[in-house]
Amino acid sequence: MFAAAINKRSFGIAVTLLVLLGVLPFFLDRFYIYLTALILVTGLLATSLNMVLGYGGMYQFHHAVFYGVGAYACALTLIKTDLPPYAGFIVGPVVAAAVGVIMGLICVRLSKLYFGMLQIALGSLVWAIVYRWYSFTGGDDGLHGVPVPDLISSINGAYYFTLIITALCMVLIYLIINSPFGRIFQAIRDNPERSETIGVNVKRHQLVGLTIAAFFGGVAGSLFVTVEGSVFPDLMFWTLSLEILIMCLLGGWFTFLGPMVGAGIVVSLQTFVGMYTEYWTLIMGIILILLIFFLPEGVLGFFLERFSSREQAMSAEK
Amino acid sequence: MTANITWAAFSQQILVGLSKTTILFIVSSGLSLVLGVLRIPNVFHGSLYMIGAFIAYSAAMVLGGSPLGFWVALVVAPLGVALISLIVERGLFCRLYEREHLMLLLFTFAFMLVFGDLVKLVWGSDYRSLSAPPILQGYFSIFGLPFPRYNAFLLLIGPLVAFGLWFLTNKTKIGKISRAAAVDREMVGAVGINVSWVFAAVFIIGCFLAGLGGALVAPTQNITQGMDHAIIIEAFLIVIIGGLGNIWGALLGALIFGLTDSIGILVWPQFAIVFPYIAVVVVLMFRPQGLLKSVW
Repeated sequence: MFAAAINKRSFGIAVTLLVLLGVLPFFLDRFYIYLTALILVTGLLATSLNMVLGYGGMYQFHHAVFYGVGAYACALTLIKTDLPPYAGFIVGPVVAAAVGVIMGLICVRLSKLYFGMLQIALGSLVWAIVYRWYSFTGGDDGLHGVPVPDLISSINGAYYFTLIITALCMVLIYLIINSPFGRIFQAIRDNPERSETIGVNVKRHQLVGLTIAAFFGGVAGSLFVTVEGSVFPDLMFWTLSLEILIMCLLGGWFTFLGPMVGAGIVVSLQTFVGMYTEYWTLIMGIILILLIFFLPEGVLGFFLERFSSREQAMSAEK
Repeated sequence: MTANITWAAFSQQILVGLSKTTILFIVSSGLSLVLGVLRIPNVFHGSLYMIGAFIAYSAAMVLGGSPLGFWVALVVAPLGVALISLIVERGLFCRLYEREHLMLLLFTFAFMLVFGDLVKLVWGSDYRSLSAPPILQGYFSIFGLPFPRYNAFLLLIGPLVAFGLWFLTNKTKIGKISRAAAVDREMVGAVGINVSWVFAAVFIIGCFLAGLGGALVAPTQNITQGMDHAIIIEAFLIVIIGGLGNIWGALLGALIFGLTDSIGILVWPQFAIVFPYIAVVVVLMFRPQGLLKSVW
């Protein structure tokens, strides 16, 4: 069933990319390995958002919450429990998914802007609790020096761990998008009313989609703990959520690797522009304004055009 | 914990909460106006609030701490912010009204990033403070407890602004046109009204209110980077629980937000900021479309 979804060409590209990324540590110094790992983590986060945003058409305005919850759950498991060290990397995503279910149950009754705003309200609630609960989450200081397992605590170890998990998750997300569930999900995006009419339970599909996205967001959060060794409340602040939205926009939603590319651009920009000036958000803002203003066709429009031409073809048939 | 809270302390805290409500109402009613008529979820509304506070500070500094400084600042800051919004609206926004919400949201977010850094460039990253004019300094006593005069001043301003907005939207021509445009902009255009300029006017009025909120809040807190982040999320939530575009909804939402916040400070200070969010979630669980009727 899934074999049809993976054609030879994209498989070839994926393997080449993976091999390239796999040999990267032999050529780059520590800083660039760290940067690449950070891009992979952020890219996985953006891809998980895009699963519900681009493919599901849901206004997931506060996806960073799941990233932050995953990171905190992972870090707290590593610090405060006697569980085997790698358990944190299971607890993180699972807790994120659980939060996703709870938030989803409340949010999916609404649609579009109201859905997004309610999600921001709920997400801000989670953020506020984490921000203030000094005895448990470290409050606004966060938690530093998380005892990451030895094998993956070195920079190369963290890099390979991140690479393998990210690749695995990307494959899983790809399979989910191309599964019957993913197809229905995309049908809901294109026309929720019609999907409802032919017997699709729209709300339940949205809930499941949101939960899966939250799970992968939690995976990204756990990986962040590996790479960075610390967690802080900014991981679930709403501005980060909008930044991930920008990554999806930059790279192009409706494309599978777009958000990963967008994450690469944004994280590199932050890092390199940030070296020369403290005003990197100014530059980022200007780039974004120019992008939306002059290149809507180049980024998002291409795909919208494709959809509208398909709709036109459909209406022409009638 | 609750045993030692006296009735007087409770009343005092409620009054403080109500004066915070005033600021929240002024800022979020502007946001609501823009969202209702133009359908733009304006994320940089919070930045304009911050800029308003900084302009108020600078205006007062230019006048060298004379008692008039604050009053001049109160006029100059909203006008300055209105001017900025005029430039942004006529320059860029008027070309983007037909885009979908998500793009507009990101577009305004881009402006928030730009404005945030511009404020850092112009005013630096230090804390600033603006003192209230002598007549509004000090305290008077309510139920035997001190109550800041400035907060009482805010309590007077709130109803004034609410009345002004009611008058503007219900009694003036531009208000009536803008309400019509919120419901059906094509029809308003079809009867020969230049909708584009109506939108510009509404946008500027909305931003003016953000600037006014910023100027009014300046004497009560440090003027600092990050003011924009804090206020905008609160303003958005207030607008949502009140009903999009509904001015009275914004008032109701601001009341809920301000009062739960001050009650939170009273009963559990550490988690005070959590209370308003809980209130918002509860409201939205029972009234997903907001408490009052949305204009959409």
